[in-house]
Amino acid sequence: MSEEKGATAHTEAPPSPKAPKRREEREEVVIRFAGDSGDGMQLAGMQFTNETAVAGTDVATLPDFPAEIRAPAGTLFGVSGFQLNFSSHEIFTPGDNPDVLVMMNPAALKVNLKDLKAGGIIIADTAEFTEPNLRKAGYETNPLEDGSLDKYQVFPVDITTMTLRAMEGLNLSQKVATRCKNFYALGLTSWLFTRPIEPTIRWIQNRFKKDPELVEANLRALKTGYFFGETAEMFAVQYEVKPARLAPGKYRNITGNTATALGFLAAAERAGLPLFLGSYPITPASDILHEMANYKHFNVYTFQAEDEIAAVGAAVGAAYGGCIGITATSGPGLLLKQETINLALMTELPLIIADIQRAGPSTGMPTKTEQADLLMAIYGRSSDSPVVVMAPATPGDCFYMAFEAVRIALKYMVPVIFVSDTFLANGAEPWKIPKVSELPRIETEFRTDPRGFQPYLRDPETLSRPWVRPGTPGLEHRIGGLEKEDITGNVSYDPANHEKMVRLRAEKVARVAMDIPLTEVRGDSSGKLLVIGWGGTYGAILEAVERLRAQGKSIAHVHLRYLSPLPADLKNIIPLFEKVLVPELNMGQLVKIIRAEYLVDAKGINKIQGQPFRVSELMEKMQEFLEDS
Amino acid sequence: MSEVTIPDAKLTRKDFTSDQEVRWCPGCGDYSILAQMQKILPELDIPRENLVFVSGIGCASRFPYYMNTYGFHTIHGRAPAIATGLKVSRPDLHVWVVTGDGDGLSIGGNHLIHALRRNVVIKILLFNNRIYGLTKGQYSPTSELFKVTKSTPYGSVDYPINPIEIALGAEATFVARTIDVDVKHQQEILKRAHEHKGSAFVEILQNCNVYNDLAWESVTDRNTKADNTLVLEHRKPLIFGKNRDKGIRLRRDMTPEVVTLGGEIDQSELLVHDETKPGMGHILSRLGAHFPTPIGIFRAVKRMTFDQGTHVQMDNAKKKLGPGNLEAMLNRGDTWVVE
Ligand code: SF4
Repeated sequence: MSEEKGATAHTEAPPSPKAPKRREEREEVVIRFAGDSGDGMQLAGMQFTNETAVAGTDVATLPDFPAEIRAPAGTLFGVSGFQLNFSSHEIFTPGDNPDVLVMMNPAALKVNLKDLKAGGIIIADTAEFTEPNLRKAGYETNPLEDGSLDKYQVFPVDITTMTLRAMEGLNLSQKVATRCKNFYALGLTSWLFTRPIEPTIRWIQNRFKKDPELVEANLRALKTGYFFGETAEMFAVQYEVKPARLAPGKYRNITGNTATALGFLAAAERAGLPLFLGSYPITPASDILHEMANYKHFNVYTFQAEDEIAAVGAAVGAAYGGCIGITATSGPGLLLKQETINLALMTELPLIIADIQRAGPSTGMPTKTEQADLLMAIYGRSSDSPVVVMAPATPGDCFYMAFEAVRIALKYMVPVIFVSDTFLANGAEPWKIPKVSELPRIETEFRTDPRGFQPYLRDPETLSRPWVRPGTPGLEHRIGGLEKEDITGNVSYDPANHEKMVRLRAEKVARVAMDIPLTEVRGDSSGKLLVIGWGGTYGAILEAVERLRAQGKSIAHVHLRYLSPLPADLKNIIPLFEKVLVPELNMGQLVKIIRAEYLVDAKGINKIQGQPFRVSELMEKMQEFLEDS
Repeated sequence: MSEVTIPDAKLTRKDFTSDQEVRWCPGCGDYSILAQMQKILPELDIPRENLVFVSGIGCASRFPYYMNTYGFHTIHGRAPAIATGLKVSRPDLHVWVVTGDGDGLSIGGNHLIHALRRNVVIKILLFNNRIYGLTKGQYSPTSELFKVTKSTPYGSVDYPINPIEIALGAEATFVARTIDVDVKHQQEILKRAHEHKGSAFVEILQNCNVYNDLAWESVTDRNTKADNTLVLEHRKPLIFGKNRDKGIRLRRDMTPEVVTLGGEIDQSELLVHDETKPGMGHILSRLGAHFPTPIGIFRAVKRMTFDQGTHVQMDNAKKKLGPGNLEAMLNRGDTWVVE
């Protein structure tokens, strides 16, 4: 590699625009980037999200990609998409239908066109609309030329060729050079929506800092795309989305998985305890392990185990030793961990299990979202085995619920299952960064006093047993999975003792209900329809309910973040409504519980497509339900 | 004030005996192992509270209940994984794992292999009685071919696993075998396992007198054991037999053979055992049916332990980045302020 080309002069001075561009303000824009799974669309989407978040808009994202890392190029099933919604007002969902499609090949267009709003914008890489690619996507003629897209605003841009041209003088293979085209597309889109590219420039410089040639290549692609928008005559209008009036404070952009990892870390710091994460790689939970593996300068152990069972086993071992023991997984992994979770339940050790739900039984659809692990989390172990189950509502909320999971686990000496999902895990939103001093302290105490010590002597309020670190003199004792005698913890087969212990373990979990926030009802406190949701469907349900309320409908929304135990006040809220509706991305799980617990004829709205709810489809169903009565 | 130091009272075997009634069948080989452990622990001079026994499920896994130390009777096969989490995060503890041939090599085979390959500083005792005892007598992964049991009335048709070879294959840094009734040898091996800086794997040939009596008769019977046992000693030639007149020699093609000493063959031709020599353990573990059963230490080598590696990385990160700062971590990356 030669030295002389190293300077960035090539990209510094923007050519002056030929014609002044008109600026148009938009309140809210939904963009979807799509291309082959090797085209870097997820990265382009994430970077655009960061740019617009830094510019102060509210933003919500929906990455949607196939499980194949590099699916065959040009195929319909290999299309990887990233949708984001950014707005000058507060938003709760990534948007139902895009205003803009940035399409890297015909397959992407084929898959995504049906969602585009009427009159929407299409930016397409013409270089990829070749005969073979069109055929692979099932097009007989080129849609960019045959008039079939006339009702949209189409911007045909030869992204590939212009990216390659920008690489001239660099010592890159054609393959590597072509791979920069996602940054060209990002640069162009950034210009079109007046987003600042500086955050992306910093990201590129940091990401490729070991390879100056790649820094240069990607920066050139980004800037060339940006300047093309500025100079090309086909782009007469530039759109602007003003910053949103979010609550004052310092913000960053955050995904659910990062927030989860930070929540665990914050809890460990506020508890003053070391943290041990045992995990086995699994989509979509692996990012929690990746993130926490960078916390080594804190007292954080990360352990990539040989399997899911060892991952949770090591976490239990660490908890026994006095650490905060955590394991992160997805549904198939939770299934494998259940026996070990029961061991933690029986030995009454604190344990936190993060289940980042994905779609389908068995391998299912690993990169798609669903909410179908709820019953497994609450009930899916042998025998009567109550644990605490909670679920975050938004990517940023993952931080607080992860923190809360640790607090509850330590206070009650109980396993807590934190149920997130793919939509939350990979989705991003602006997140108001909390001050550490505002986070509560988590008080824990290890028993050290041998006087009167019994392994299963309980705290009268929480019913938790003492946490004893091995190494404490005078407190040597044995625990295990066999039924325990109350107080002494000795192995016992006594019939009455067994019933007592089963009921005590249940009572302990039930008491958590007294330790959680009151239920918030959004909307009127009584009326016709109460919509009860949980987990990542929060934004879509909220938006749908708010819009119907704006139309004067009698409807309210409760979003449960604690699923086991349920909030104590829910039983007083439900009877204040004539009907109860439970939208879920499963065949109806929470609805079963609501029906069983509250003897109410609750009905479900159920979608099982690996995709989040759209606001419009929820509104439609809710409206039908309202009219039915 | 004058400095007075009163030494801690020496611990005795009784200090390690819990108040729980031992519930193994009378005559079970487990009793002897428990006794040897309780015998050697006072000699190791470590505080009782720093000892943890972790077990899985099976007859052997009842072991922790009878030890007056910290103990964790976990679930079937998973003890090595649980012990790994404990030991890595608590390097101050001495962690022993007690498992059996079913627990450690069948349901928990995966965890055993990985704990050994990682070289976590845990001491794994595998009581091998070649049968499932607690579930009342099904064949196990170490049972001989064609074993007739309740679950295999026509005889088993799968080949047994060799625990020592599994451990060697996993690159365990300490691999040994001993016998329940050979108390002296067992004590020696347990002590060496304790002293070893790394994971230790000890197969203990154990008699289940109820479901598989005399499985190890050839090496325990007073009349035959000397001819059937090869006691491994570091840097000593491989000699065995009642009259110590037999030895093991390598043929030209590197396969071992039994030779009789005296006459034309003297000791200098015999294979000399070396715990640290690559490949030695493999030769000895594969001797086969026409050879005596080796007992002793097959392999003992030094390597970075998993606990060390983990802690060195954490210490280095702290040196490089400073102690973790939560505020900074929360504020990492691009941020902006809303007024
Ligand atoms: S069944 Fe066998 S191994 Fe188990 S306690 Fe009885 S004799 Fe010992």
